[in-house]
Amino acid sequence: MSERFDAIVVGAGPSGIACAYKLAKSGINVVVFERGGAPGAKNVSGGILYSTILNKLIPEFWKEAPVERHVVRRRYSFLSKDSDVSFDLKFASFDRPPYNYSFTVLRARFDAWFAKKAEEAGALIITEAVVDDFIMEDGRIRGVKVRREGGEVYADVVICAEGANSVLAEKAGRKRPDPFSMVLGVKEVISLPKDIIEDRFSLEEGQGASFEFFGEALGGEAGSGFVYTNTDTLSVGIGCPVSALKDKKLKPNDLLDSFKKHPSVKNLLRGGAIEEYSAHLIPEGGYGALPELVKDGLILVGDCAGFVNPSVYKEGSNLAMASGLFAAETVIEAKKKGDFSKKTLDGYVKRLAGSFVVKDLKRYKDVPGLLRSTPELFKEYPERVLELLQGYFTVSDESKEDAHREIKRLFRSKVSVWRLLFDIYRLRRLIT
Amino acid sequence: MSVENLKPLPEKTLPEKLFLLRFRVDSVNHLILNKDACRECDERTCLIICPSEVYKWDEGRNEVTVSYEGCLECGTCRIACKEGAIDWKNPRGGFGVSYRFG
Repeated sequence: MSERFDAIVVGAGPSGIACAYKLAKSGINVVVFERGGAPGAKNVSGGILYSTILNKLIPEFWKEAPVERHVVRRRYSFLSKDSDVSFDLKFASFDRPPYNYSFTVLRARFDAWFAKKAEEAGALIITEAVVDDFIMEDGRIRGVKVRREGGEVYADVVICAEGANSVLAEKAGRKRPDPFSMVLGVKEVISLPKDIIEDRFSLEEGQGASFEFFGEALGGEAGSGFVYTNTDTLSVGIGCPVSALKDKKLKPNDLLDSFKKHPSVKNLLRGGAIEEYSAHLIPEGGYGALPELVKDGLILVGDCAGFVNPSVYKEGSNLAMASGLFAAETVIEAKKKGDFSKKTLDGYVKRLAGSFVVKDLKRYKDVPGLLRSTPELFKEYPERVLELLQGYFTVSDESKEDAHREIKRLFRSKVSVWRLLFDIYRLRRLIT
Repeated sequence: MSVENLKPLPEKTLPEKLFLLRFRVDSVNHLILNKDACRECDERTCLIICPSEVYKWDEGRNEVTVSYEGCLECGTCRIACKEGAIDWKNPRGGFGVSYRFG
């Protein structure tokens, strides 16, 4: 088999499918190779899909897509060992279309649907197809080698959408990610009756909640935990930098289990049953870790290009879809010119640079470094702040003046206020 | 709502969690180790960092063994191994883990 297409996409995740969908809609002959038994079979995300780009591709997609719930409630909790302080936000406008473009999803279901849409648009999607390498001719990429008899497939351009653990991108020269720039996400899907979810999280039918946990969520290690509501399941997980797991010799499953046992988390899970355990890498190296994005005949999109906003927004799939869309627009332009050299494909880099994808990555470029250089953020500060608040709310027959003086004294004896203010100033970029 | 629903989430061990998953197991191992490098390695991060704990140190054989059958294909071992001793090849198409939820 020696076949030829206009474009080859490797990987049927959000970036690859967004790209294939747009290409197919524009009449480009595109094939997608997916190594899983079905699109989505290998894919995991925490579970919130931000979907401004998806809505551009498929307006009002939520009417037909298998989304779980739209997120109206967001809670951010800072944990000490046994206490928490939370910001709890709920917005009525997020309950109306377009639902703030925020939906909880389960990727095996969602990705399969999205791939079907691309197929209906005319893309050829081939599952159980592993791409092992590129075909190089005259010093440039001309196609891919699919692991099967005579599996050489040619195209004008290859879009690598292989995800966070991309061996193929490395064959194209992207360097292997380092442990500092990768976060390991470990997650469980926990079934719980729909009524209990709605009651427990104070939601109406269809509404969803995202709870994020910082501080002692991971026993004081860098990273965070989450509980997201699906229709009749919860997505419960943690994310921890691979470098932290490595240095502290932490077992990911143990970290997840201890997060689930935290007093502020365990009651959210009561009555549930574990349905699935999963793990996936998240590229959180940010702007500084971006690789070379195009070569002659090649474009990198999605996680294998490192498009994840590592700030409190934790946005990945939307950036992935945007990159897929920009890649498609660039390929359409290249096809008109009949030129797929790096020079033309650089249009992709320009589109990215002018969009929220690279603007946001630039804005939050210091986040990975800040998190690494401020271990106090995960242990010392939440503990002390909670101690201060606990003192403030503790009922006693001391005069308030004496009690407040004492808790302030205690706080200042343990924390340098100047250092704290300095760190707050330094860390403002995590959320602003 | 019945009292039944108020029970704490039942705990599961890692093997029990892995038992919930669908794997289509290939006869070929997709995680090939440079066993000499592993023997010399003073870190052996793989023994700890793998979320499904596929790597074990076998004292008798004096080598790292791999239960590739339970691999979740996250790739963490590959980037955490300081020796670069893990030669990762994606499992054959359709083989390996297959998530129902994801």
